[in-house]
Amino acid sequence: MVTKQLSIFLENKSGRLREVTEVLGKAGINLSALCIAENSDFGILRCIVSDPEKAYDALRANHFAVKFTDVIGINCPNTPGALSKVLNYLTDEGIFIEYMYSFANGDSANVIIRPSNLQRCIEVLTTKKVDLLAASDLYKL
Amino acid sequence: MVWNENIECMDRDTLRKIQDIRLKKMVDYVYHNTPFYRKKMQEMNLTPDDINGIDDITKLPFTTKLDLRDNYPFGLCAVPMSQIVRIHASSGTTGRPTVVLYTRKDLSVWAECISRAFTAYGAGTKDIFQISYGYGLFTGGLGAHQGAENIGASVIPMSSGNTTKQIQLMHDFGTTVLCCTPSFSLYLAEAIKESGLPRDEFKLRVGAFGAEPWTENMRHEIDQNLGIKAYDIYGLSEIAGPGVGFECECQNGTHLNEDHYYPEIIDPNTLEPVEQGETGELVFTHLTKEGMPLLRYRTRDLTALHYEKCDCGRTLVRMDRILGRSDDMLIIRGVNVFPTQIESVILEMKEFEPHFLLTVGRENNTDTMELKVEVREDCYSDEINVMTVLKKKLVDRLRSVLGLAVSVKLVEPRSIERSVGKARRVIDNRKL
Repeated sequence: MVTKQLSIFLENKSGRLREVTEVLGKAGINLSALCIAENSDFGILRCIVSDPEKAYDALRANHFAVKFTDVIGINCPNTPGALSKVLNYLTDEGIFIEYMYSFANGDSANVIIRPSNLQRCIEVLTTKKVDLLAASDLYKL
Repeated sequence: MVWNENIECMDRDTLRKIQDIRLKKMVDYVYHNTPFYRKKMQEMNLTPDDINGIDDITKLPFTTKLDLRDNYPFGLCAVPMSQIVRIHASSGTTGRPTVVLYTRKDLSVWAECISRAFTAYGAGTKDIFQISYGYGLFTGGLGAHQGAENIGASVIPMSSGNTTKQIQLMHDFGTTVLCCTPSFSLYLAEAIKESGLPRDEFKLRVGAFGAEPWTENMRHEIDQNLGIKAYDIYGLSEIAGPGVGFECECQNGTHLNEDHYYPEIIDPNTLEPVEQGETGELVFTHLTKEGMPLLRYRTRDLTALHYEKCDCGRTLVRMDRILGRSDDMLIIRGVNVFPTQIESVILEMKEFEPHFLLTVGRENNTDTMELKVEVREDCYSDEINVMTVLKKKLVDRLRSVLGLAVSVKLVEPRSIERSVGKARRVIDNRKL
């Protein structure tokens, strides 16, 4: 249920993102999903990759500041109101979303969530029969 | 341990008598051998007979770095060149290099002074020294080298740079004492961790660090990261090189070898001596030098002197940690700022690496400071607001210590250039 996301601290300067993708590419790592949060002087690249441990080692070897963050992946229908329904479950239980990112693919959409309380979030979503994505499935995307 | 107990632990009255005699002799010597000083003294209507001891030292003229440059290269030499056996020179980042000259006796006095330092650190014949100061024109490498040989230790003349080899030899040869700049020692500590070699396979126990100002916090950082005891060795090439002063096991000040180099503290603005124990500019007068003796040389280093006997038994005067050089001092929007102040703020916050780069600029006639710091790898968060709070904490702390706003930029680990010699921590882009 819990997916290992890589969080990489990046200085806000040109070429840095390219270097990350280059390191991962050379190590034979595929990127399943990624998003960037930024402010004026630095950004944080969050990504799901095919082999988190190997990617972590490759990035560390190239002196990137990288760490694992536990996130949850869910699959919900690509229809109006579907995400709202899921978020209602969480809000009702007092669970905050630190951040999330998503992408739609045909009839369904994949959503990566970093909740304030990971275990509780999994419990709630399981009870409500939300389609949780296995980590292994996400890595393979 | 004490290298030369007769001198280092001598009662202060006797020491004063020796200094009186040596100063009188020295003034007579430079008057007759250094045209520069004869001219200066004549302009002041002074003759050697006016100087009868230390009490008269304030009558003597000052010497500055500018005087050394004006007399480039050998204008201040007091002996025929045939008696000079060594020539050192400063890096000369601004203008001509500063040249210093040593006779055979000068070198032996220098080795004696460094031997006192190394012995105070607990080093002796059984130790293996790795000298990682640069060898060459810079006095650090050769100075520490001859001191270590003089106490009978085994010496690895490593010089600076080539980190991989430094660590390999330190490991394979069983180095016990490391001599380098404090910033390079932190860099080595990082590299040792990265090498994957277990710490217990190293025999390193003592560090002799100098050539740049460092703080008490930085000492703790080095002690911890390298697992050694770090000692200050003080010096400047104009006076001798490393070994002008050194710390003892009590580490409550740097003992100065005042039987050879007489220290005073003056107010850098009025040039008058300050009250005992007060902070001011450190000034040295050579008492025994032959090759290129200097009277009242203004070091620009800011510190204070303490004359009470030390718990180690030494009576040699103790100097406070160098607060900074009066020419390292930045004046930002009218406020005095020392790079060491910034260093101590960064070191007291555990979230940051002990490396920084301060860039000073001027926008719309206002001075600006931008500080780049590295966040420790285990202190990163992947949430922007956590990082923003951390940054604000540093900005607030700097504001309260400096009384000025500093713009902070968090940068990636290892992105700030590591020094292999003296750390370059400040870039001043202001064109005044």
